[in-house]
Amino acid sequence: MNSIVMKQDASTAIRELLAYLLSSSRVDAVLTMRQVPETGSCDLGLITDPSGMVEAEPFLPVMTANAGQALSSISMSGKRIAAVLKPCELRGFTERVKREQGSFDNLLTISSICGGVFPLEKVISGDLEKLVPRYIEKTARAEAPRGLRETCKACEEFVPMNADISVSVTEHGSLMHLHSDRAEEYTEGFEGERIEARADQSHIDRMMKSRSAAKGKLFQSLEKSSGLDGLVDLFGKCVGCHGCSRVCPICYCQHCDFESINFDYNQPYFQESLEARGALRLPPDTILFQLGRLTHMSFSCVGCGMCSDVCPVSIPVAGIFKKTGERTAGLFDYVPGRDSEEPIPVMVFKEEELGDIG
Amino acid sequence: MSEWQPRILAILCNWCSYAGADLAGVSRIQYPPSIRVIRVPCSGRVDQLFILKSLQSGFDGVLVSGCHPGDCHYISGNYVARRKFALLKPLLEFIGIEPDRVQFSWISAGEGERFAEVITKITEDVRKLGPSKRLVKKT
Repeated sequence: MNSIVMKQDASTAIRELLAYLLSSSRVDAVLTMRQVPETGSCDLGLITDPSGMVEAEPFLPVMTANAGQALSSISMSGKRIAAVLKPCELRGFTERVKREQGSFDNLLTISSICGGVFPLEKVISGDLEKLVPRYIEKTARAEAPRGLRETCKACEEFVPMNADISVSVTEHGSLMHLHSDRAEEYTEGFEGERIEARADQSHIDRMMKSRSAAKGKLFQSLEKSSGLDGLVDLFGKCVGCHGCSRVCPICYCQHCDFESINFDYNQPYFQESLEARGALRLPPDTILFQLGRLTHMSFSCVGCGMCSDVCPVSIPVAGIFKKTGERTAGLFDYVPGRDSEEPIPVMVFKEEELGDIG
Repeated sequence: MSEWQPRILAILCNWCSYAGADLAGVSRIQYPPSIRVIRVPCSGRVDQLFILKSLQSGFDGVLVSGCHPGDCHYISGNYVARRKFALLKPLLEFIGIEPDRVQFSWISAGEGERFAEVITKITEDVRKLGPSKRLVKKT
């Protein structure tokens, strides 16, 4: 595979590539993480002015919003966009494209072998400055940095599945791999030595080892949350804010059933329920909401961890979705976000299958 | 007080299973009076949430029934339904709802006898399990 050797660190090299794409008018806008150098505050930004590139921090290990979700509507604007996405953001976006909520047509996707991101609380507490240098050092050595999101620690899909350009960073140096014709075309004229190379497999294997171990541990810790009693314990503290679905790259419905009149309870409902049960949890349906989301989209869950991160009462939503998602998606050998041509399992069927049902 | 009787929601497709129920009725085939029927245009219309919601509102069991695979009035509605049910199964297991509480079947308009058998079976299965916990914690 054609690859470009990056002389500087990966962030600087990609920042230069993005600036090159903007100034040579190959793209109209760039989607990337940004960080204000003076204050350290960060966000996800869409940049059109090349002078704005100084704030671009493409590989900042933070996810303020799942960029796949953010990219959804702007990808259909007809403007050409270069987007730097974490592998799970790219997979989330791919899932949205399958649901006709986005398009790859005018998009150049840049991703990287991902070391994971820090929870937003680390950004709020101001610890990020201290954590990032250590993070870069550790991921280059394929070691797991401390303090990452729980789902990132346990993520086995850290290699981008369908990016135009992917970046790999090891202690031996950084490479930019060009996976598509579009990548070749857009990087034409960009300075840098071209070599034939793939991402270092032994580096990936070492990362995978610690991820798989962490995943086993995470899933085991969630064992006690299954069953009705476990779920009631877990979701008992849910405040019903629905923040988890707002930040979810898969939950795209403009009018969520759970926010519709179907769940807008009135006096007779309360009276009836109280007569039947003698007690009622308020707000109602906090568990049903999660179960509903699980049935509707768990097989497409990319495990980005946004839901857990925004949960005001620290419910490990992401772990539960990742665990359940692997089972539901596994039924149909489905890997969410693997390929934009692969149909969502509930949209297709085979005539001869599932003979045990009915 | 009389003995507890299970209450089961039967969601039946208009073209096959509902007609199957009708046939059982006009043929005077006996089956337990445990079901409350909702008629839907097609089993493909049934969202998994309907099933969870009915268990939460107090039904002890749910039966969803449609045309036999290959015989759907809308060509493929029941194939889609079958996939949805397959996805619901591991989730029910995860929630801790006994698998026998939620059953799926294919009953054609000519199978009045089979309809009675299916209802008898689910009624007995649910009777063994006892009243539903309505998605609330055991006390």
